[in-house]
Amino acid sequence: MEKLINEFSIGLFFWQTLLFGLLLFLLWKFAWKPILNAVNDREDGIKDALAAAENAKKEMQNVTADSEKLLKEARAERESLLKEARGIKDKLIAESKEQAKVEGDKMIKQAQATIESEKKAAVADIKNQVAELSVDIAEKVIKEQLSNKDKQLKLVDDMLGDIKLN
Amino acid sequence: MRKPFLLKILLAAVLLLSNSSFANVKEDTSDEPKKDLKTEIKEYINHHLQDSHDFSLFSYTNDTGEHVYIGSSLPVILWDNGLKVFSSSKFHHGETLAEVDGNYYKLYHSKIYKTNAEGAINYDEDHHPTNTKPIDFSITKNVVMIIVTGLLMLWLFTSLARSYTKNNGVPTGMGRFFEPIVLYIRDDIARPNIGEKRYRKYMPFLLTIFFFIWFLNMFGLTPLGINVTGNIAITFSLAIMTFFITNLTGTKDYWMHQFNPLGDSMPWYAKIPLYIILVPIEMLGLFIKPFSLLIRLYANMQAGHIVLMSLIGLMFIFKSWLGSPLSFALAFAISLIEILVALLQAYIFTMLSALYFGFASEEHEHEHEEDAELAHS
Repeated sequence: MEKLINEFSIGLFFWQTLLFGLLLFLLWKFAWKPILNAVNDREDGIKDALAAAENAKKEMQNVTADSEKLLKEARAERESLLKEARGIKDKLIAESKEQAKVEGDKMIKQAQATIESEKKAAVADIKNQVAELSVDIAEKVIKEQLSNKDKQLKLVDDMLGDIKLN
Repeated sequence: MRKPFLLKILLAAVLLLSNSSFANVKEDTSDEPKKDLKTEIKEYINHHLQDSHDFSLFSYTNDTGEHVYIGSSLPVILWDNGLKVFSSSKFHHGETLAEVDGNYYKLYHSKIYKTNAEGAINYDEDHHPTNTKPIDFSITKNVVMIIVTGLLMLWLFTSLARSYTKNNGVPTGMGRFFEPIVLYIRDDIARPNIGEKRYRKYMPFLLTIFFFIWFLNMFGLTPLGINVTGNIAITFSLAIMTFFITNLTGTKDYWMHQFNPLGDSMPWYAKIPLYIILVPIEMLGLFIKPFSLLIRLYANMQAGHIVLMSLIGLMFIFKSWLGSPLSFALAFAISLIEILVALLQAYIFTMLSALYFGFASEEHEHEHEEDAELAHS
């Protein structure tokens, strides 16, 4: 202890305290403050950037989820649209088939009726014509056969003969 | 690549030359037969450990048997009924008296004494000089080294600070080495010991004290023969700053803890007998904490220098093919350890200062704090 006290130099203590104080002040002002501020700023910057990146990631996830949802919805809609279209098509086809059938049947019936009436008319016409022709023929035949007296007499004979047979 | 190489050669040259001064001291013994080599080396070591009024790099004895010192003399500033300023070259390394304004001063064991014209030193029975000592404010070797270290630190850290603004928040050059250390002190010394809220105001002191001690410790390992941090006045000054900062920034809770360490855990009449012992212990603790700081740094650096120099001295005592290389290897190994110790002591001083600041500025959770103290001690 005595050696320590003996070694102690007031002058050195004075200079050390003074110079260290000065050094502390100068470094505080011109070195530590700017250094620590710069480091803090940088760290805050990094923190902010990380937070921003995290946010962006979350947003990105949201966007992806949204778009996936949209895609799903669109797909479902397409599916339902297709289904509906198919239903409509089937219905249309069935309807038109039915209609066509009804129409056809109607036409056939009409045609049949027309044919029937035409046939009837034609048959009547033919009947008339046949009657006329028969009368004409009969006239001609009669005229032929009764052109001379012999024939006329023969006919009368024949006819009389027939009557007898009856 | 070229620069470090040149530096190495320079260092090697200085090392060789400073060693050669040992060799010359040895030759000197023929003049003074009473002193053998061991005493000579012991005196040399003692001389080195003390502050010096000259900045001498090395000395040798020339052909005419005269001691030649290479280095520069420094200003001596004395307060002896008025300011006396003169160059230390007047002492001729303690060989002559310095006469200033009719007063005679003698340099004896690195201390300046006022003497009569003959330079007589009177001793008491313990062989201590009884001559009056003028108050010595000299710019000694240690003061020069403090200034050099201060300038070095100013240059290093202001350039680091500038490199942030210049380079968009990223350090360049030397800053890349020092920035992680600054951050280490902040994140691993200040923050955990002082606390997130209050560590900022202590940071400049902690950073300054860490680099100051570290750089001076490292300078002490160079062959320049500097022993600043191994000087009691220096460590006393550093410790007293920690002491003042601790107690001046102490919160109400801190002082409550000093005078009422048990808190409200028991009635006041039960505390009286305990406090007769406890409070003085707490008060003593205030002073013991910085005292341990000053002794720890002083003793570690002093011891390191003594061991290292003794091992170097052994080379000259052994002077054999076995002993000298062995002590050289030992000295080399100790040098490496001393480099670690230089950093470690700076770290411990800073760490403990931060711990004391932490106790002083803590505002809540006393129990928690004491657990931390126990864990650290």
